[in-house]
Amino acid sequence: MSKSKGRFGIHGGQYIPETLMNAVIELEEAYNHYKDDPEFQSELTTLFNEYAGRPSRLYYAEKMTKDLGGAKIYLKREDLNHTGAHKINNVLGQALLAKKMGKTRLIAETGAGQHGVATATAAALMGMECVVYMGKVDMERQALNVYKMRLLGAEVRGVESGTGTLKDAVSETFREWTNRIADTHYCLGSVMGPHPFPTIVRDFQSVISKEIKEQMQEKEGRLPDAVIACVGGGSNAIGSFYNFIDDPSVQLIGCEAAGRGIDTFETAATINTGRLGIFHGMKSYFCQDEYGQIAPVYSISAGLDYPGIGPEHAMLHDSGRAQYVPVTDDEAVNAFEYMSRMEGIIPAIESAHAVAYAMKLAPTMDKDKIIVITISGRGDKDCASIARYRGEDLHD
Amino acid sequence: MISVREAFKNGKAFIPFITCGDPHLDTTKKLIKAIAGAGADLIELGIPFSDPTAEGPTIQEANIRALSGGVTTDKIFDMVAEIRPEVDVPMVFMTYANVVYSYGTEKFVKKAAEAGMSGLILPDVPYEEKDEFAPTCRKYGLDLISLIAPTSHDRIKMIAKDADGFVYCVSSLGVTGVRSNITTDIGSMTALVHEANPDIPCAVGFGISTPEQAENIAKDADGIIVGSAIVKQIAKYGKDAVQPVADYVRSMKEAANR
Repeated sequence: MSKSKGRFGIHGGQYIPETLMNAVIELEEAYNHYKDDPEFQSELTTLFNEYAGRPSRLYYAEKMTKDLGGAKIYLKREDLNHTGAHKINNVLGQALLAKKMGKTRLIAETGAGQHGVATATAAALMGMECVVYMGKVDMERQALNVYKMRLLGAEVRGVESGTGTLKDAVSETFREWTNRIADTHYCLGSVMGPHPFPTIVRDFQSVISKEIKEQMQEKEGRLPDAVIACVGGGSNAIGSFYNFIDDPSVQLIGCEAAGRGIDTFETAATINTGRLGIFHGMKSYFCQDEYGQIAPVYSISAGLDYPGIGPEHAMLHDSGRAQYVPVTDDEAVNAFEYMSRMEGIIPAIESAHAVAYAMKLAPTMDKDKIIVITISGRGDKDCASIARYRGEDLHD
Repeated sequence: MISVREAFKNGKAFIPFITCGDPHLDTTKKLIKAIAGAGADLIELGIPFSDPTAEGPTIQEANIRALSGGVTTDKIFDMVAEIRPEVDVPMVFMTYANVVYSYGTEKFVKKAAEAGMSGLILPDVPYEEKDEFAPTCRKYGLDLISLIAPTSHDRIKMIAKDADGFVYCVSSLGVTGVRSNITTDIGSMTALVHEANPDIPCAVGFGISTPEQAENIAKDADGIIVGSAIVKQIAKYGKDAVQPVADYVRSMKEAANR
């Protein structure tokens, strides 16, 4: 009598306290109702297009293509969305859903601050109260985003427990949700956590691959050969992959944050260094020790600094449909600088992980092949920390 | 092995919780013997987890103290096996799904049973996911304890019908921790449990710290569970916590049976 829901192969499920079960059941029922409701979909499309600025551009990076001397490179410009990242796609969907459910308050976790800023933005737009949990370490790394969230009317609560980073912010937001459920929706920022979050977030983010497919058809009259995206929890990656999963000719590549390297303890590369576990509501791969204690992961990127990966990615890894490769801090910082100089586009340090792998892959491919890199966010927020990485102290 | 049900044969049960290895396993051993002697009917032994999402700050800190002291699941199994012959009340483990799953569910449950444990509480495993652990627990004679919460409503019947050992009734929304006021209608929750499963005892936990609360809540329950209030004393007194904790357990057992 298997009662478990929301499985991706063996992964996923709903490993959460009983206190939250009716909340996720209510959410699932509401989502199943509204996802097929033409009025909801039309409201969401209007928000995507008029407010967030969709569709985002698919830009041919000609200079980069010529410089690398191999496959043709296109950039999916999620950095051009309102609030500067793909996070807004999911947040607008969830905030609209929460509003329809009669919720008046949004709570969220954030790592780099992009999801927090997006949630604070949607809350301001829809007249909802907003509380964002952010690790103390991340608040220092991303001070500008903390200011933005407060400017937008959100309360930012610093999380000191554990490593003071994204995983602790997720734990604390779950704790707050068990404390206050009736008027509150947990606007989870990635394709992780208990069912139905991995499905809901994926559906709202799948607009990325839907657009890539249409735009590629228009520009090249065919499918791309590879789609590359960075992976922490994996929301921009699943959004970029989703509509290509049934097109076996399209290689799907997720770039994990290897930090100082997958042979060190200072890494966040879950598929490459983790093993099967149960945490934050889901069965998936996690960085952990031999007794199942969650590892204190590290990456220069606050947005990829998470010890787990979404269950659908875990399944795509198991089946071999997608490949997950490690990219170090050094490689990502080089790519951050390369792309800025080469194309005049400053990518988020998270997205720079995908750029870094594309820089290795493109020269090995023929010139008639096509790569799409999802630029999940813009890099303004990272300038101070990259300068620091290079030994320069910016006063911002 | 003593069954969990034995704990409910001596009036209203008092069920204290301690985190193994807080501040070190020697103190844990002394605490177990002292609280069993002071009237505890069932002892909940926490196996620390790095990220205990159902705990408030008090028990989170106990987990950190224990893990920084170097305690591991294997060391806890050894400690239990060593002390079991000297303790005449049943004991259950309280930990998180990953601690069991990552160790290997079968290997974990088998070792726990061999060490003399009687049950297992996993706060991040709801009814829908219990099949991950329940068949293995049944195989080795461990009760996998089911929880109900103030938000469970229509789920209580389904959970109670399928429950083993006792039903853990979570008194309040939120995480573990001392509360001055418990406003949930506990009586209607325990009534629903007994309606669905007349045989299953129902113990209430989360937020309880004073003898007055124990006395009041015991009117509607078969047992009282206290964690944070005890862990606070261990945090305060360290290895000298044995006597104050034993005195406290005695007063709470009395209050619950007033």
